Amino acid sequence: MEKATYKKPKSLAEKEFSYCPGCHHGIIHRLVAEVIDELEIQGKTLMVAPVGCSVFAYEFFDVDGTVAPHGRAPAVATGMKRAMPERMVFTYQGDGDLAAIGTAEIIHAANRGEKITTIFVNNAIYGMTGGQMAPTTLLGMKTTTSPYGRKAETEGFPIHVSELLKETAGIVYLERVSVSSPQEVIKAKAAIKKAFIAQKKGLGFSLVEVLSTCPTNWGLDPVESINWLNENMKKEYPIGVFVDKVGDIK
Amino acid sequence: MAERIMVKGNEAMAEAAVRAGCRLYFGYPITPQSEFTEYMARRMPEVDGVFLQSESEVAAVNMVYGAACTGHRVMTSTSSPGFSLMQEGVSYIAGAMLPAVFVNVVRGGPGLGDIQPAQSDYFQSTKGGGHGDYHLIVLAPGSIQEAVDLMETAFRLADNYRVPVMMLADGMLGQMMEPVVFPEYVKLDGINDHSSWALRGTDGREPHKVTSFDIDPVRLEEMNTETHKVYEEIRSKEIRFETHDLEDADYILVGYGTMGRILGSVVKMARKQGIKVGLFRPISLWPFPYDELKKAAKGKRFCTVVEMSTGQMVEDVRLSVEGALPVHFYGRTGGMVPTPDEVFKELVRLIG
Ligand SMILES: Cc1ncc(C[n+]2csc(CCOP(=O)(O)OP(=O)(O)O)c2C)c(N)n1
Ligand code: SF4
Ligand SMILES: [Mg+2]
Repeated sequence: MEKATYKKPKSLAEKEFSYCPGCHHGIIHRLVAEVIDELEIQGKTLMVAPVGCSVFAYEFFDVDGTVAPHGRAPAVATGMKRAMPERMVFTYQGDGDLAAIGTAEIIHAANRGEKITTIFVNNAIYGMTGGQMAPTTLLGMKTTTSPYGRKAETEGFPIHVSELLKETAGIVYLERVSVSSPQEVIKAKAAIKKAFIAQKKGLGFSLVEVLSTCPTNWGLDPVESINWLNENMKKEYPIGVFVDKVGDIK
Repeated sequence: MAERIMVKGNEAMAEAAVRAGCRLYFGYPITPQSEFTEYMARRMPEVDGVFLQSESEVAAVNMVYGAACTGHRVMTSTSSPGFSLMQEGVSYIAGAMLPAVFVNVVRGGPGLGDIQPAQSDYFQSTKGGGHGDYHLIVLAPGSIQEAVDLMETAFRLADNYRVPVMMLADGMLGQMMEPVVFPEYVKLDGINDHSSWALRGTDGREPHKVTSFDIDPVRLEEMNTETHKVYEEIRSKEIRFETHDLEDADYILVGYGTMGRILGSVVKMARKQGIKVGLFRPISLWPFPYDELKKAAKGKRFCTVVEMSTGQMVEDVRLSVEGALPVHFYGRTGGMVPTPDEVFKELVRLIG
């Protein structure tokens, strides 16, 4: 047998990811799983997968899990957390799921200070359904439902979830990260960890927005996708910490 | 003897749910059921329960889904437009085989309709409502006392079969006051032990997964077939109905819920005048008492179905009797409630 070059986090199941080559969903899964391992919460964590490419996340994580209706993961997680307040509950959601159909649920879960954590994967497109426009799609970006490029006059503007959410009083940790370089991966993991710690401490709602690629529907190869993300998405969606009421976690 | 207390229907049902061991309530205000939500807001903190006013019925049903995943008794209540909004979630709950209780205090529709009592959500409640192959158990109480008594049954059925159960009331039941005897508090020990599948954290065991989802049609068919076996069992064991004066009757009146109760008065009026009428009142609308009604209708001259709608349950009555006798329909809609007098007149007209 070949020697493994890295160890699979315990909180990831023995299942092969269904994601396309160069897709960042897999990296983000691994980071979440590593955080769960490090915080030693695998046995007390419940997860809610979305409808989107990461619908299978409920199978990829070795924790109790379910799939919510499209956009409703924060409400499902609310029900779980209220029923089992001593458990850790997180949602994993795409940008169509969270920022279009599920806008109301995420805003109100955040505003209630629901003690859950959301991993929000923003790839500026509807991946699963074949590359339609998302509310996060950039101006000028061509998708199957904005074939001439997104125009502000008719399709409106890219929506900035973190900027909107930072005004809600119930949110205690909010950061936008990317995973397009090893350094950024380390920072992204630290953000996810802090978001989970915020929940563990019972402080309130926490969310990490992760800028992500969709090579398949962007029509780019994995390397081009990272370049495109760096050059375009980061301009529209600047990386940074928006809310931190957790403080020093040392 | 337990004490009789005057209570409004909505509040009585809510109290019955608390006594049935429900400690998780998620809901959104809507007339004519808002007293239900308000009662839970006051009551849940007294029993260390959870009350949450959601941002919408869409959110409410999904909170119910999440809480039901943990296997604890959970419910919501709403009225017609609110239940329409919940349909996607109800379908997921049914598909994932989760126990949960819904109360629909039906009002006039379609659309915004009005806030008066109606029975126009029969199709939605008994024939699916949401997408996919699924059923709710639907119970239709005819009085506040019966609603109170059926509440624990609703939770028990939900727990036993892992299906959503709907208590189908109407604005009349929700809004009127009646003397009620409440049951004792249910001790839940073991009744709803869902530890074999519920999501409560692995604590070292194999992870549990709860979904209504399988990308593989072969497996999804298997999953749906399993669910339908449960539905078959429910069909064979959980039929509920009540009859009055059927034995020597020439004619049968059929109605459920508030209407069933009004028909009780019509039967009395008719009997006083020597007209031999009996009543068949389905209590479980799904599963519908097809065979029982067919038997009850045998040898009768005709059957009249009365509903606060333009005619919905009448279709199931026709299916029951399979053409063995004429099935007439009388209904009022839009929140109008047929009076005993007007139904009696209709009966006399039909007898001719
Ligand atoms: C109610 C409902 N509407 C539409 C869909 C179809 N649908 C499935 S996934 C999806 C978009 C997912 O996009 P996103 O959330 O961005 O996730 P990604 O696949 O990009 O990770 C849509 C529209 C659905 N499943 N349910
Ligand atoms: S379609 Fe896009 S988001 Fe979905 S797995 Fe493929 S690359 Fe990832
Ligand atoms: Mg997306």
